[in-house]
Order: sequence, then structure tokens, then C-alpha cells
Amino acid sequence: MAKQNKNLTIVGAGKLGIVLAQLALKAGYTVYVSGSGSPDKIRLSVEVLAPGAHALTLADATKRSDIIVLALPLGKYQSVPKDMLAGKLVVDAMNYWWEVDGDRDDLRNPETSTSELVQSYFDTSRVVKALSHMGYHHLLDETRPVGAPNRKAIAIAGDNAADNQVVAQLINDLGFDPLHIGQLSAGRWLEPGHEAFGANVDSDTLASYLHDLPPSYAAAVT
Amino acid sequence: METTQTFKFGLDSFGDIPVDDDGKLMSHAGAIRQVVEEAILADKLGVDVIALGEHHRHDFSISSPETVLAGIATRTKNIKLASGVTVLSSDDPVRVFERFATLDALSNGRAQIILGRGSFTESFPLFGYELRDYELLFEEKVELMAQVLKEKPVTWTGTTRHALAGAEIYPKTESGRIHTSIGVGGSPQSVIRAAKYGFPLMLAVIGGSPERFIPYIELYKQAGEQFGTDTSEIGIHSPGFIADTDEEAVEIAWPNHKINFDRIGSTRGWPPMKREHFDEEVAKYSLYIGSPETVAQKMAKTIKALGVNRFDLVYGGGPMPAKARLHMIELYATKVIPRVKELLAESDGISGKTK
Ligand SMILES: NC(=O)c1ccc[n+]([C@@H]2O[C@H](COP(=O)([O-])OP(=O)(O)OC[C@H]3O[C@@H](n4cnc5c(N)ncnc54)[C@H](OP(=O)(O)O)[C@@H]3O)[C@@H](O)[C@H]2O)c1
Repeated sequence: MAKQNKNLTIVGAGKLGIVLAQLALKAGYTVYVSGSGSPDKIRLSVEVLAPGAHALTLADATKRSDIIVLALPLGKYQSVPKDMLAGKLVVDAMNYWWEVDGDRDDLRNPETSTSELVQSYFDTSRVVKALSHMGYHHLLDETRPVGAPNRKAIAIAGDNAADNQVVAQLINDLGFDPLHIGQLSAGRWLEPGHEAFGANVDSDTLASYLHDLPPSYAAAVT
Repeated sequence: METTQTFKFGLDSFGDIPVDDDGKLMSHAGAIRQVVEEAILADKLGVDVIALGEHHRHDFSISSPETVLAGIATRTKNIKLASGVTVLSSDDPVRVFERFATLDALSNGRAQIILGRGSFTESFPLFGYELRDYELLFEEKVELMAQVLKEKPVTWTGTTRHALAGAEIYPKTESGRIHTSIGVGGSPQSVIRAAKYGFPLMLAVIGGSPERFIPYIELYKQAGEQFGTDTSEIGIHSPGFIADTDEEAVEIAWPNHKINFDRIGSTRGWPPMKREHFDEEVAKYSLYIGSPETVAQKMAKTIKALGVNRFDLVYGGGPMPAKARLHMIELYATKVIPRVKELLAESDGISGKTK
């Protein structure tokens, strides 16, 4: 198993970003958070809501960890300079949310997962889709230790087995059972409009929500 | 005890369309008149505030809360008349003030505003705003609103509305101030914004554990300290339903809650609501559904945990029988509120806590 890096950088200090920071701190990670602008803008939120996490600029925060979680509105992914994430493992937790992102044809293509778009933009990073399907309040309320009954599951879609494993460890550390569902393209089955979207259930139940995932997408990754 | 005396109990409606005695869905007009009757009953039974949300969709009848509130104003005596929320991003702060100041006159000073971004976005295309500007729109308009509420000449410049130079806005209110809060969900930035302008905070907790908002309240207070503003007024708003027994409450609420949730969820990409999740919310989290005793216990627990001084119960989600809604209001006012007061007084007595 890959050695777990205990640093975590979260881009986006909103509802999801703050909850992920809280969970990662609880799991013993050193956490770096950035918003879109000056760290001053998010400092108080981070200090009060996720005490111990560090509020930094995007450029600083992305340097501090090999794993970067994207928790900003999907419509703004291209505002993160791709060079800042070069060589990093990027966890894409974003969904196309038209009420925030506006009507965007590019984000609504039913043929590709939005994570594939994110991957093609960050073409020098490795993107794994995870932490996107569960509501932020459930993420906070529903953590359980390893082996606890009814431990909730978080799905992972990614093209590289070693990276998937690292993300699985992160999810496990945060308090959830990781569930590998297949390649990055399979992430589409976690998006809004699919049964797994919003899922706050255990591993078996989550797997059952993915019954319509074609086997070719679920194929084992290398 | 002071805590219980100053505590405010509210009822919130979005003007959901109820069914009549024959099980027939009411018209929008009928649904609006139903809300007026409910507010009159709530006033008679001593509920502190009725808050009406603004929506622009076929499943909710109220798009102009202050107009409905004006109707209620002339037929009630004590109940405070609030919006919940006024979607400020797609409105004009000057017009918002004018309408609520008018309501304040008609109601002898009972108007209240809750500003919010709203949880729906229909008003944006309707009034010619871009969704992607929603952050900027809200930010600028809150800033202007805060000025207008001072009832002094307003000078303001921004990008989302034309500038004002020493503009007087009328009518002036008798008290000199319309009570105005900001409704927020889980966004830390919104909490800080409320503190920045010294607006009371209304937490919209529509799912999950209310306790997770404790750090947000701390954030509000600490931000208030930094800005030097008053952050003593904090309320919470959560959905619920009350019937004579737990079973009956769940039996009436579940299908209606599901219809409501699924209709909204389908536009956002949530799959249909499952019964287990409804049951989980009722048992553990933020659906206040059950007999008066069950709901009172749950409310008291939340109020104590968060230390808030206002609780608004959002009622009537989905096509509920109008009769069940009226009965719910009666139970809320005559059983739940007194019981919550009792529970709060008991625990105040034990801890000797004064607020
Ligand atoms: N809410 C949930 O339950 C949930 C669950 C799973 C996944 N998600 C996904 O997570 C993402 C964030 O959602 P949210 O609910 O947390 O939204 P949110 O509360 O609006 O927060 C978004 C955050 O992203 C920041 N941001 C915007 N542009 C940025 C940029 N260019 N660089 C860095 N930060 C930037 C914003 O900061 P500024 O104020 O500085 O712009 C804000 O702090 C979305 O894609 C959403 O679909 C949400």
C-alpha cells in the first residue's frame, strides 16, 4: 500500500471545503486551505470552524501537499492555474450545479464525466473523482471508525490504481468506507441525476445504486 | 426566566398548495387565502411571528410575501410579519425597503425582513439577472440594504444598480428601524457577512444535525467582535409537522415531504427520497415531526444546544390537507410552545443560567 501522505490541501473554503478540513484535522492531517483570493478573507472562518488548519493563498496551499482536493464551484475550475497542480494527485469533489454555475453547455455533456474535463484541463496532474456525492452535512455527521456497523461509503473513480489507493486511504482516514467503482469516466454515475448522487449509505447499498454502470466503465484499473 | 420570556416562536410558510376537504389541490389564490387564515389563527393563539418565503414556481403560491403580509396585517394584532426570505439578489433594496416600510405602517410596526439568497433561482432569469453573478449581487445589495435601513439620505455606488446620491427613501417608519435579519445556510462567508453589517442571524437548518451549527454561531460572534457589531440575536428555522400522535404526524408528513423533496430534487439531480432517509432525519436530525411532546422535546434540545433565541418551524411542505395544517398550528401554539418554554425554564433552573 502507498505510504499515506498526512498533508492535505483543500481548494475552496465553502461548505464542503470547511467540512473536509474539519474531518482531516480530526484524522490527524496537517491541513492547508485556500479560497479564491487573499487568505485574509477566509482566515477567520478557518480559525473558528477548522482550528489548526492553515489559510493560505492558492499558490502556497498547493505547494504544501501532494494531494489536492478541489472543493470550489465546478464552473470555476479553470480559474485554478494548471501549473500549480502539476504532478499532484487531484481529488475532484466538484459537481455541476447549474444554480451556482449558471447554464453551461460544456459542463452538461452527457457523454463525458465532468471529472474527465477537469483531467483534460489539469493535464499534468492525476485526477480522481471522490467526495462529491455525499452532502456536506452528512459528511460531517456520518463519520464512523473502521469496522463500525453501517459505516457509510464514498465512491472513488480514477484511472490509476495506486492513486485510487491513496484516495481510499484518505477516505478511510476521514471516517468512511472507500468504494472503487471504476475509471474516471465512471464518475459520471456519481453526478447529479444518478442514483448514487446524494448517497449517504453503506458500501453494499452504494454498490447497488450503481447497477446501471456498464461493465466497461467499471473495468479494473491498472 | 429571561431566556424563555424573550424567546420568539415563529411559523414559516412558502405558500405550498394544500388540498381542500375533498382532496382537491387548491388554486394559487386559495393557497394564499389559506395562509392568511393560518396567520390569523397563529396570532389569536399567541405565536410570535409568521414568516413567508418568496418563490417564483408553480408549487408555491407566494411570490410577493409582503403583499400577503399586508393582508394579514389588517386582520391581526400582535404577530410579527416577516419575509422568510426576501430574495435580495434579484430585488432592489430601495423597493424592498419601501414595501416593508409600508407593511410596517399597516401593521403598526410589526414588519420584519429576513434577507437571503434563497434556495431557488427562478427569480434570476425572471428579473434579468445572471446566476453566475449571484455572489456579487448579494454582496452589493446587502451593503446598500444596510444603508437604506438607517432611514437617512443614502449615497451609494456599485456595479449592480445605478448609484444613489443623498437619496431619501419613503415612507419613514415610526420606530426608525425595520427589524431585519439575514438567513444563511452552511456558508461561512454568509455568516461573516451577517456579522459585518450587524444583522441578526437566521440559520436555515433543513437537514443534518443542528449541533453542527454551533461553530457557525461562534464564527458569527467572533466576527461580530472584530467588526464591533451586535450579534446577540440568533434564530433557527427548520421544517416540521405536528399531529396528535407520532404515527399520525409521520403518516401525513411523509408522502407530502416526499412529493416536495422529489419535485425540487428532480431539478437538482437528486434521486427520489427514500423512506429510510426520511425516518433518519425525523429520528436523529432536522425534521421536527411528531406529537406535541416529541416535537417540543426535539425543539428544546436544539434550542439549548445552540443557545438561539428564536425558532421558526417551517410547516406545510407538499400538498397537505388544509385542515391538517390548521390543526398543526393549533397544536404548535397551545401545546408545543408552552411545553418548550417549560423545558427551557427547567434547564435554566438547573444550571442557574441567565441570559
Ligand atoms: N455542498 C455540498 O454538500 C457539496 C457536497 C459535495 C460536493 N460539493 C461540490 O463542492 C464544490 C463546492 O461546493 P460548496 O457547497 O462548498 O460551495 P460554496 O460553499 O459556495 O464554496 C465554494 C468555495 O470555493 C471558493 N472558490 C471559488 N472560486 C475559487 C477559486 N478560483 N479558487 C479557490 N477557491 C475558490 C469560494 O471562495 P470565494 O468566496 O473566495 O470565491 C468558496 O469558498 C462544488 O463543486 C460542489 O458541487 C458540494
